[in-house]
Amino acid sequence: MNSKYEAVIGLEVHAQLLTDTKIFCGCSAKFGAPPNTNVCPVCLGHPGVLPVMNKKVVEFTVLMGLAAECKINERSIFARKNYFYPDLPKGYQISQYEEPICQYGKITIEFKDGLKKDIGITRIHMEEDAGKSIHDQGYTTMIDVNRCGTPLMEIVSEPDMRSAEEAYLYLTKLKQILTYLGICDGNMEEGSLRCDANISVRLKGETKFGTKTEVKNMNSFRNVEKAIEFEIERQIDIIEEGGKIIQQTLLWDADSNVVKPMRSKEEAHDYRYFPDPDLMPVVVDKKWKSEIASSMPELPDARKERFTNQYLLPKYDAEVLTSSRELADYYEKVLTVTNDYKSASNWIMTDVLKVINDEKISINEFPVSAENLGRLIMLINDNVISGKIAKEIFPEMLKTNKEPNEIVKEKNLVQISDTGEIEMAVDKILSANPKQVEEYLSGKDKVLGFFVGLIMKETKGKANPQIVNELLKSKLGRLKGK
Amino acid sequence: MLSYKNHTEKISLLKEGKITLRENVSFFLERIQKYSHLNAYNFIFDDCLHQADLIGKKIKDGNAGKLAGIVVAIKDVLALKDRPLTCSSNILKNFQSIYTATAVQKLIDEDAIIIGKTNCDEFAMGSSNENSAFGAVLNPIDNSRVPGGSSGGSAVAVAAYLCDVSLGTDTGGSIRQPAAFCGIYGLKPTYGRISRFGLTAFASSFDTIGPFARSIEDIALVLSVISEYDEKDSTSQNIYAPDFSTNLNSNKKFKIGLPKEYFAEGLNEETRNAIFEKVEQLKKDGYEIIDIQLPHTEYSIATYYILTTAEASSNLARFDGARYGYRSKQSGNLIDMYVNSRSEGFGLEVKRRIMLGTYVLSAGYYDAYYRKAQKVRRLLKQDFDKAFEKVDIILTPTTPTTAFKIGEKSNDPLEMYLSDIYTTSANLAGIPGINIPIAKDKEGLPIGMQLMAKQFDEKILLEFGKYLEKNFN
Repeated sequence: MNSKYEAVIGLEVHAQLLTDTKIFCGCSAKFGAPPNTNVCPVCLGHPGVLPVMNKKVVEFTVLMGLAAECKINERSIFARKNYFYPDLPKGYQISQYEEPICQYGKITIEFKDGLKKDIGITRIHMEEDAGKSIHDQGYTTMIDVNRCGTPLMEIVSEPDMRSAEEAYLYLTKLKQILTYLGICDGNMEEGSLRCDANISVRLKGETKFGTKTEVKNMNSFRNVEKAIEFEIERQIDIIEEGGKIIQQTLLWDADSNVVKPMRSKEEAHDYRYFPDPDLMPVVVDKKWKSEIASSMPELPDARKERFTNQYLLPKYDAEVLTSSRELADYYEKVLTVTNDYKSASNWIMTDVLKVINDEKISINEFPVSAENLGRLIMLINDNVISGKIAKEIFPEMLKTNKEPNEIVKEKNLVQISDTGEIEMAVDKILSANPKQVEEYLSGKDKVLGFFVGLIMKETKGKANPQIVNELLKSKLGRLKGK
Repeated sequence: MLSYKNHTEKISLLKEGKITLRENVSFFLERIQKYSHLNAYNFIFDDCLHQADLIGKKIKDGNAGKLAGIVVAIKDVLALKDRPLTCSSNILKNFQSIYTATAVQKLIDEDAIIIGKTNCDEFAMGSSNENSAFGAVLNPIDNSRVPGGSSGGSAVAVAAYLCDVSLGTDTGGSIRQPAAFCGIYGLKPTYGRISRFGLTAFASSFDTIGPFARSIEDIALVLSVISEYDEKDSTSQNIYAPDFSTNLNSNKKFKIGLPKEYFAEGLNEETRNAIFEKVEQLKKDGYEIIDIQLPHTEYSIATYYILTTAEASSNLARFDGARYGYRSKQSGNLIDMYVNSRSEGFGLEVKRRIMLGTYVLSAGYYDAYYRKAQKVRRLLKQDFDKAFEKVDIILTPTTPTTAFKIGEKSNDPLEMYLSDIYTTSANLAGIPGINIPIAKDKEGLPIGMQLMAKQFDEKILLEFGKYLEKNFN
């Protein structure tokens, strides 16, 4: 970015809520059903139907509001947003406008260097999703009404972000909170999390906002960052060339990595908002609010803090382990078997996450149960197997998810801690390599590693390395003293 | 004509075997044929004779519901599964409902026979039943006159003995005004008393479902059956509904209020005289008559037409040719499909109201019209709250004139809108109102008296209505 300028960015995020049923009818809100099967007269917008509020949607939204330290309005109202589109059966979307349920909150983002910044939350409100128009079926457009009435929560930020990186951090933080709360799966590619960005630039030191544009259609976290970066540069270039920014809506084209203006007809809307006469005001009284608050799970920042305090983990470990609720849960499940906090963290951060990243699976799909990973760690700590053997057992566990003890038994991998047995091996190796023994005795300490390697090989890796080292050193020491 | 005055008499005739339900339904079917020129019905259900046999047997066996034996017509804005639901509009001419309205289901659950669906003004917008894709409905008393609207077909079906009772809907007078023009009883219940689920919305915060009948008793009976909180309608109220049909003869001396604003200029002389004649009689009978004021009455029509058209413009957006209903053959692209389907599908009055409503909600006009009208609506409600501190019942004319000629007002929408001048206030305030037929004018046309009460106080309207029925009819 040209250093004379700073960007001003605000995000509008739509999060699809993980309720069982739709926001205003009893239809299933599950994703992926055959087209037009999760429908009823209400979400089809047939004559005479009426919406009935799904309480779960209120609870989820209040939960998010509390997580973002918002004011929860005791009374909020639904409004109709009127526009025509074939996948909008009623010709209006039920949303909230003048009196939303949550207002005036903040989300704290953290930079790599540990610096923190608060991003203001203007409002959070509830609304229904529209259906899907499918345009690629020849000349006709098909409509799938399944998504009509799927509950959405819209989270509108203040224009507090100053770079694409901040927007990216904000969005990842939102996703983290949403998934911690268990109210949205945060999947941008599938559209359960959607983000529009309002972007303007201005000279540093300027207090007034520049003319903003709205960028839509960014369907991944990386695309959000790339699109915002692109739009900031585009605006700066225009201003540098003496031009003016036109207020307009732009679509991110992920194939060619540019923004393109939306057709002006599509944005010339007067939505004619007015209170929906079919729904009563939503009243969240103190009692209900505190009931919802009491169901609040531990949030990511608090959990990270606790991991460093309770499990004495380095900050980095805590950060990685609490990046998702599932991963943090997995870690704490491992700890139900072993209290070797750091080993558990090491195993997850290296071996477990490697598999997850390579296979592109989630921790929930990871084949080794947390308990079995814990047992594996315990086998090392109890000197039943060596760390080296453990690394051999782990791939076997991935394949079979057998208990590690079972694999150890089957393959006869129990560590040899019997001094007599190890001594025999040490003697055998020393007598078979007199030249190397001479070298050691003349001061070449490095040869020790050579012996250890051979002894481990002799014992098929099962010898307790600590005992091997001790015995070797004492035997060689005795030879030296002679 | 029929040998019974109300359902109590009918059910004893049926039980005694003096009439059979099949004969009775056949009688109605024959009359519907004979009086088809009245154009009261959009659809007749051919299974009603079969229903008559089934329910006739239930009555004999003594396991019949509260409405067994009663023959009901329902306004064609109410949903009944697998039956047409047209709202008397070309845009829904071939549409069938896939579910049943709560109020209609309640009738069926109590063994009522639904004989057919009645004509009405398109989407319940009108005061004369001239705005219908099925053609105008005629007043049975004078075929050159309108029956009133928008529930004209439902009123005529009852007035012309084409059924026992009917359901209409009332958004600004659409039950009370046609009841007055046809000389029958018609009740608009409290907003929230009866579920709107399955009532095709015109103006959601005004729409109510209510009965027409030839007796107070039958009004009370139907009201008792259809009143109940419905979780499918968030605006229906979970308030105790008494059995409206018991203790109707209480003869309680209610305090009656006369609002001077309802007797001002524009009220037909004969109607005024007829009402005052009854008022004098009431005084003699020992009723306390109190002059009251409803000072914001003059704003009711303007407020009503801003708010109802605003809601209508949004409620009728779903009829766009995309998913169901009429689609214009001239649909080359999306915009053409919308414009042509709606231009060809909707009638003139509906289009007028959609445009008015779209205008008052538009950016830049919302505050001046919609928001201001909402404030006035609150003031009108307060007028009533204050009045009901002093009186139990407010007594007014139902309409400024008796039934007018067909075509007389159809080219003058403002004149047409003024025919609802006495009825819209009850919808703005959400209170119940009833039409009581009290007299006939020189030409033999019925004159109606409107009674209004506090929210959820339908019972006293029925008790007082019963007194009037007994003594003045």
